[in-house]
Amino acid sequence: MESSELKRSKDSVNSCESARRSSFPDEVLERVLSLLKSHRDRSSVSLVCKDWYNAERWSRTHVFIGNCYSVSPEIVARRFPRIRSVTLKGKPRFSDFNLVPENWGADIHAWLVVFAAKYPFLEELRLKRMAISDESLEFLAVSFPNFKALSLLSCDGFSTNGLAAIATHCKNLTELDIQENGIDDIGGSWLSCFPESFTTLEVLNFANLTSDINFDMLEKLVGRCKSMRVLKLNRSVSLEQLQRLLVNAPQLAELGTGLFSQELTIREYEELESALSNCKNMHTLSGLWDATGMYLPALYLACTHLTFLNLSYAALQSVELAKLLAHCPQLKRLWVLDSVEDKGLEAVGLNCPLLEELRVFPADPFDNEIVHGVTEAGFVAVSFGCPRLHYVLYFCRQMTNAAVATIVQNCPDFTHFRLCIMNPGQPDYLTNEPMDEAFGAVVKTCTKLQRLSVSGLLTDLTFEYIGRYAKNLETLSVAFAGRSDWGMQCVLGGCPKLRKLEIRDCPFGNAALLSGLEKYESMRSLWMSACNVTMNGCRLLAREMPRLNVEARGGMPHHLSLLSEMLGTRQTENY
Amino acid sequence: MEGGLVLLGGGNGGGGGSSGVSTTESAVLSKVEVVSEACSYPAETELELGLGLSLGGGGGGSTGKTKAANSSWGECGRILTAKDFPSVVSQRTNNGGPSSVTVSGTKRAAESVSHDSGSPTGVSQVVGWPPIRAYRMNSLVNQAKAQRGDEGDSGIGEKDKPKDALKKKLIYNGKQTSSATVNEKGYLGFVKVNMDGIPIGRKVDLNAHSSYESLAQALEDMFLRSANSLEKEPLTMASKLLDGSSEFVLTYEDKEGDWMLVGDVPWRMFVRSVRRLRIMRTSEANGLAPRFNESNDTQRSKPI
Repeated sequence: MESSELKRSKDSVNSCESARRSSFPDEVLERVLSLLKSHRDRSSVSLVCKDWYNAERWSRTHVFIGNCYSVSPEIVARRFPRIRSVTLKGKPRFSDFNLVPENWGADIHAWLVVFAAKYPFLEELRLKRMAISDESLEFLAVSFPNFKALSLLSCDGFSTNGLAAIATHCKNLTELDIQENGIDDIGGSWLSCFPESFTTLEVLNFANLTSDINFDMLEKLVGRCKSMRVLKLNRSVSLEQLQRLLVNAPQLAELGTGLFSQELTIREYEELESALSNCKNMHTLSGLWDATGMYLPALYLACTHLTFLNLSYAALQSVELAKLLAHCPQLKRLWVLDSVEDKGLEAVGLNCPLLEELRVFPADPFDNEIVHGVTEAGFVAVSFGCPRLHYVLYFCRQMTNAAVATIVQNCPDFTHFRLCIMNPGQPDYLTNEPMDEAFGAVVKTCTKLQRLSVSGLLTDLTFEYIGRYAKNLETLSVAFAGRSDWGMQCVLGGCPKLRKLEIRDCPFGNAALLSGLEKYESMRSLWMSACNVTMNGCRLLAREMPRLNVEARGGMPHHLSLLSEMLGTRQTENY
Repeated sequence: MEGGLVLLGGGNGGGGGSSGVSTTESAVLSKVEVVSEACSYPAETELELGLGLSLGGGGGGSTGKTKAANSSWGECGRILTAKDFPSVVSQRTNNGGPSSVTVSGTKRAAESVSHDSGSPTGVSQVVGWPPIRAYRMNSLVNQAKAQRGDEGDSGIGEKDKPKDALKKKLIYNGKQTSSATVNEKGYLGFVKVNMDGIPIGRKVDLNAHSSYESLAQALEDMFLRSANSLEKEPLTMASKLLDGSSEFVLTYEDKEGDWMLVGDVPWRMFVRSVRRLRIMRTSEANGLAPRFNESNDTQRSKPI
């Protein structure tokens, strides 16, 4: 079955074929197309004509599926016969915040079964917000003899037993990347399942597991995996143990330390400092749990070429941060806790002129007893010192319209602007006005804006601005905002590139929902919870758009699952 | 195509696989209001819907089974959101002052207006807000607790050379980490809690409690006594989870995977071994622990 897009281009097939006969054999075309990596480019290419569609599908080795419910594994396997690497995303993002019930779905197993049959030479699997069981992990481990890379982020349903199966069976494993997941951490013995003969590991990330691992086994593993370039430890690994590991792995490019706090002798401290500074390739540093001013100086010499510093698990004070940053002139990405306060952020502005990304997380989001954290002043200070800033995630307790206007004036290149004023519906604390003008300034000034998260007291005006000015916006997150349907209608009527819209606790109802029918065709997903949409509204939507996955619960629809961008064309088969 | 209410059935049949059907939730009618109490939008008539909470066509099968065991709490078939819990915020505040947050236990913003920082206090305890991933939330809580416990050597010192500092410190070859405090308090942090009949679980921070009473109270507040509950029938649960008078009991899964009744072992032992909690219907909690079995039959009263 061909989509309407293909039908339209059929007219050009003839000219395409004649051109082909005169210049391009298939093999050449496939070879050329195999150099295309971006899945969006590939989608475009596949629409040119039938020959290109075929050449593209035969040459594609990596498939990205942004919404696992938008397509079935059988369809994927039928279209792309030569896949070696799969990236799958499942649950809506709000599942990270407990807004999606358990057993919602996004189970990987059916996909694995199809892959085992169709892609026996599968090498890589990267999952985000999928449900994966230990049985599935074991099935994965034994079904793909060439399996190389497993990356799990925000997944759940599995335990360390599943990791043991991977370690045991995957003889060619190069990457085991277990990021923040809902993993059942039963114990650290999985690490000991790597066989003695196993030497291929390049990436090992178990930073977010809590159990103790057998350090001797880890030391031996790191010692024999000479190509290891990424090692992220969990907090059970002490400073002294870290030193022993680094001595054997100075080639590391990315290091996540364990606990950064221990009573060390002078000699031990110096050995640690030396081992760290010997890592000449180190460009990423994280971990640093419980790091204090006492031992941070051990890092100074190692930070010269650092481009990414993740301090989001180390509650540093402003002075400690300032001293550390003085040694990080190349820094491009920085994640910190708001314990560093505005003074710490001033130091960021002073020391990191190349900074492109800043994330400030709240150290104590629920503590109401004291005034703390960062304010608009810190953000402004960074914007003055870091003109290249284009990605920010900022949790704060107060903000003003004027400050945001200044910030985007200093940094007009924002592509990702995620501002979370933690008190829902809070106005500009100086003027008591809504924060409409702040986000208005963002969308007017930052023409490259792709992702926006809004917060604070917002009227429909914010959404008028967004709809009118945010021409490149792809992802929008809204909570506790807006006044009426008009707000959401503005967004759906504007924002030509909108792909993902997530809304919670806003007064948007059926009229707003149904105003986006045309829009949903080109979007990946829409989430609405605790809004004013009713079940009837959802029914209407589903009836008007039969190819949409519409999911609703209790009159408050949660996830309208829409078409994935993978195919680049309309979904052609119903399932 | 009326398959429009594809919802959780056919529309996802061919999709990325379905998870197992939960047997406690089911496709049973339930009533829901869509209007938030905090806002004054026109009230919608209550809706009835039939849904399963699992995906992939399993909804129908379990309907018959659970329909029989009806209780006021069963088969909610809906997501509990901020609306079901103590009200968060009035979005339409007057323009006179900073918005105040009305949540039990948090300070009202008005009280902090006089401070020069002017920042309202209080992020209220809204479900899923602020939007921080659970893993990070866990880590932060444990970190905060560890630091408050370690006030003696916060290590924030303005010392210039760490080596000088080391000279002053006790020098020893100890291999132990100084994280004893942290480990003692446990990196357990949040554990999941599910209650029969409620699709969405919660997480409770065990480190915030030092006794069973305190934990039970928190759970009761979380699940059984929501101020804005939309359930029409009055809850009969003035009773407690721990004394057997409630129609629910509190159970936990330990590290070996066994389900036990909460309260049998000393608190600290419990904290070290608990993996997750479940508020279980008394009728289903048979044979969990000797103590329970020994009790007389009145404790196994059937819920309505």
